[in-house]
Amino acid sequence: MSEAAAIHAGVEPQESPLTPESWGKLGMWLFLAGDAMSFGCLIVGYGILRHASANWPVPKDVLGINLTAFMTFLLIVSSVTMVLSLSAIQKHDMARFKKFLGLTILGGLIFLGCQAYEWTHLITERLPEVGLSFSTHLFATTFFILTGFHGMHVTGGVIYNSCVLAAVTRGRYEAKHVEIAGLYWHFVDLVWILIFTFVYLL
Amino acid sequence: MAETTHPEPNYIGVFWWLLILTILEIAVVYTPIAKMVIAVMLVTLAVTKAALVAMYFMHLKFERRTLALVALSPFVLCVFLILMLTPDIFPH
Repeated sequence: MSEAAAIHAGVEPQESPLTPESWGKLGMWLFLAGDAMSFGCLIVGYGILRHASANWPVPKDVLGINLTAFMTFLLIVSSVTMVLSLSAIQKHDMARFKKFLGLTILGGLIFLGCQAYEWTHLITERLPEVGLSFSTHLFATTFFILTGFHGMHVTGGVIYNSCVLAAVTRGRYEAKHVEIAGLYWHFVDLVWILIFTFVYLL
Repeated sequence: MAETTHPEPNYIGVFWWLLILTILEIAVVYTPIAKMVIAVMLVTLAVTKAALVAMYFMHLKFERRTLALVALSPFVLCVFLILMLTPDIFPH
């Protein structure tokens, strides 16, 4: 039945304009576009403050690249396990689905643990050592706002994925819900790839 | 739930590329070359990695073209934002 006729009949049309068979997917993409703007504005703001500053420290000398490189690798691996879990549930392999989604959640938790350790080390040792703090330099402020905002997204993603895992196990969710959660998780990974490059490396 | 059928991407293959590009990024940062060259290479590597995640993991390559416009719009807007703000960036 045509879309207009479907709406008229009180039946939800199955075709969303941009994403066949899934309004939820379209909704998530629209949300991600907006969220990308939030991160984009923070990153651009950071870039402008850094460029306008006469004495910005060299990030890789202050921050630890080794741990962060591992964190980047971890998120990339968790994106792979996420997409493999989606592939598994699409083929109705529930054991494999649970294993890979579980690994994705674990990857997120380890990432957060690493970030907590990194922040503690920076705040208690490294930043005082090089004479940087919130009250003296925007380096600290922008670093913690950017990585903190991202860390919040990882936390949300871990909770989101856990809820999806539970809901699928209970038979309430299916492959398309996992796909939508996957979009969010890949977005989180994507943003980290950009943050790693612009905040730590450049 | 009907999806346009296409062969499933080689996810592990994409992972290897992401790993290689990450290692390249770190190598570039420690290479003694001009800062501008490092910056251009890092941005290129990062954008490539982001594109790989978006196209294959987020399935964008196999979605309708217009969805790619939705996904791309923040990047276009951010470039515009940078351009509009450049006149205001002067060290005080």
